[in-house]
Amino acid sequence: MIGTGIDVQRIRADFPILKRTVRGKPLVYLDNAATTQKPRAVLAAITSYYTDINANVHRGVHELSARATDAYEAARERVREFFNAASVREIVFTRNATEGINLVAYSFARPRLSPGDDVLISAMEHHSNIVPWQLACEATGATLTVAPIDDRGELILEAFDRLLTPRTRIAAITHMSNALGTVTPAREIVRLAHAKGVPVLIDASQAAYHMRVDVRALDCDFCVATGHKLYGPTGIGVLYAKEAHLEAMPPFLGGGDMIGSVTFARSTWNVLPYKFEAGTPHIAGAIGLGAALDYIDAIGLEAIAAHERDLVEYGTQVLQGIDGVRLIGTAREKASILSFVMDGVHPHDIGTIVDREGVAIRTGHHCAQPVMERFGIPGTARASLAMYNTRDELDVLGRALQKVRQVFA
Amino acid sequence: MSDLSDLYQEVILDHNRRPRNFHALPDASHTAEGYNPLCGDRLTLYLKLTGDVISDVAFEGTGCAISKASASMMTDALKGQTVAGGKALFERFHRMVTTPPDQAVEDMGKLSSLAGVRQFPVRVKCASLAWHTFKAALEQARKATTE
Repeated sequence: MIGTGIDVQRIRADFPILKRTVRGKPLVYLDNAATTQKPRAVLAAITSYYTDINANVHRGVHELSARATDAYEAARERVREFFNAASVREIVFTRNATEGINLVAYSFARPRLSPGDDVLISAMEHHSNIVPWQLACEATGATLTVAPIDDRGELILEAFDRLLTPRTRIAAITHMSNALGTVTPAREIVRLAHAKGVPVLIDASQAAYHMRVDVRALDCDFCVATGHKLYGPTGIGVLYAKEAHLEAMPPFLGGGDMIGSVTFARSTWNVLPYKFEAGTPHIAGAIGLGAALDYIDAIGLEAIAAHERDLVEYGTQVLQGIDGVRLIGTAREKASILSFVMDGVHPHDIGTIVDREGVAIRTGHHCAQPVMERFGIPGTARASLAMYNTRDELDVLGRALQKVRQVFA
Repeated sequence: MSDLSDLYQEVILDHNRRPRNFHALPDASHTAEGYNPLCGDRLTLYLKLTGDVISDVAFEGTGCAISKASASMMTDALKGQTVAGGKALFERFHRMVTTPPDQAVEDMGKLSSLAGVRQFPVRVKCASLAWHTFKAALEQARKATTE
């Protein structure tokens, strides 16, 4: 690899799925913004949990339960370290980022919302950071306010600042757009909001596997991420929240494990973070996520980011060399996503034709319909990159797109 | 490329480039909106029934080549049909695109060009969207939509 400090071939060897073929062609996996592939270390951690120590956590006195609990809590500590939270009490395991946002919308926002209040989001949010707030606003009579983006796909900070009102109860903003690749100035967003006393949720689902997300440096009140985009398993997500918020919030889901004591008259809640983890959690998922974070840190997020920057630049050149291709999302701060449209060809037709060449890309609205509306298009084709992608793969994409041009000549 | 050229046959590409009956129909008696939330394809179908005959039919919307070409060819095929004839065409088309690719299907003339979607199961919905919208339009009261 030119100019970047990681050995991509060695990394590729760690991902078993990258050896497979699709329709007789080597798999070129460029749909990482939807989910990343899993390194062998993650698969091994999951298998080892089920093979050696499978038992329920926080329950029994027996050896396996203790071992499972240790492994599950070690994963929590690993997540704390990765996001630089102050305490494991601030790390809640969820199913995914969506569940984390819903948890905050229900337990933190709803009790604070009344008619005349507002919730502030941005025009580049994923549906998961829109709909929970819409539901909260509908239920409480509050208003959902949307900070605009410009033609490059950047958040207009002055407008965001203006839309923060004395009645804004929470701002929920992405750290990186899944549809455009825009990286938002999360630290500045939090600073502006806090200056007006508004708590902030940062959606780090896309950002967390491309750059360091340090919740203490950001000073955000809440931060969500999802395991399956961090090279970990599906079904495990993370909610970070400042301890004082979690202490004050009522539980989200009720059930086993989240209680202190239960009588039919009333129940009391367990300590943090267990108050927010009702029922048997995804133990294997948490352990797999811990292994994924080890894997990422062993390679180094800075090195990964440098490699991906090189790929984005190269991929941009490849796409610009194809007749009638236009990039959607040209933010100055941008990572790992090449969203584009092609004159006269619908994204779905692009997706089907490049799939025949073994190239997996996402096509459509990317669960961000308002973004598509902002740019006046029904959808885009999106190539999204991860640490194991190569310039060669972008050349394969380029050749596959030439085939699209031929079919639709 | 052979299955690709089955999917993107010249007649389909032609209907995609120059969709027929691609406009609103101000005096339509039946209208329906077709929407595929998975891919965002969206079309409005207009029918004008004169007695029992589909005397005019048109559509507007955005979608992939397959959904646009299918809608375009459907409007050609429906014009002049009776309501019963149109419904029968719907059934025949539905059977054609949902028959497994290794089994023979009846010849539906131009519409047979869409039989190629059978090799692309995720694209069958693209081909059938217009037809489902047609059926919805027939079931609606005057000027009603599914939304």
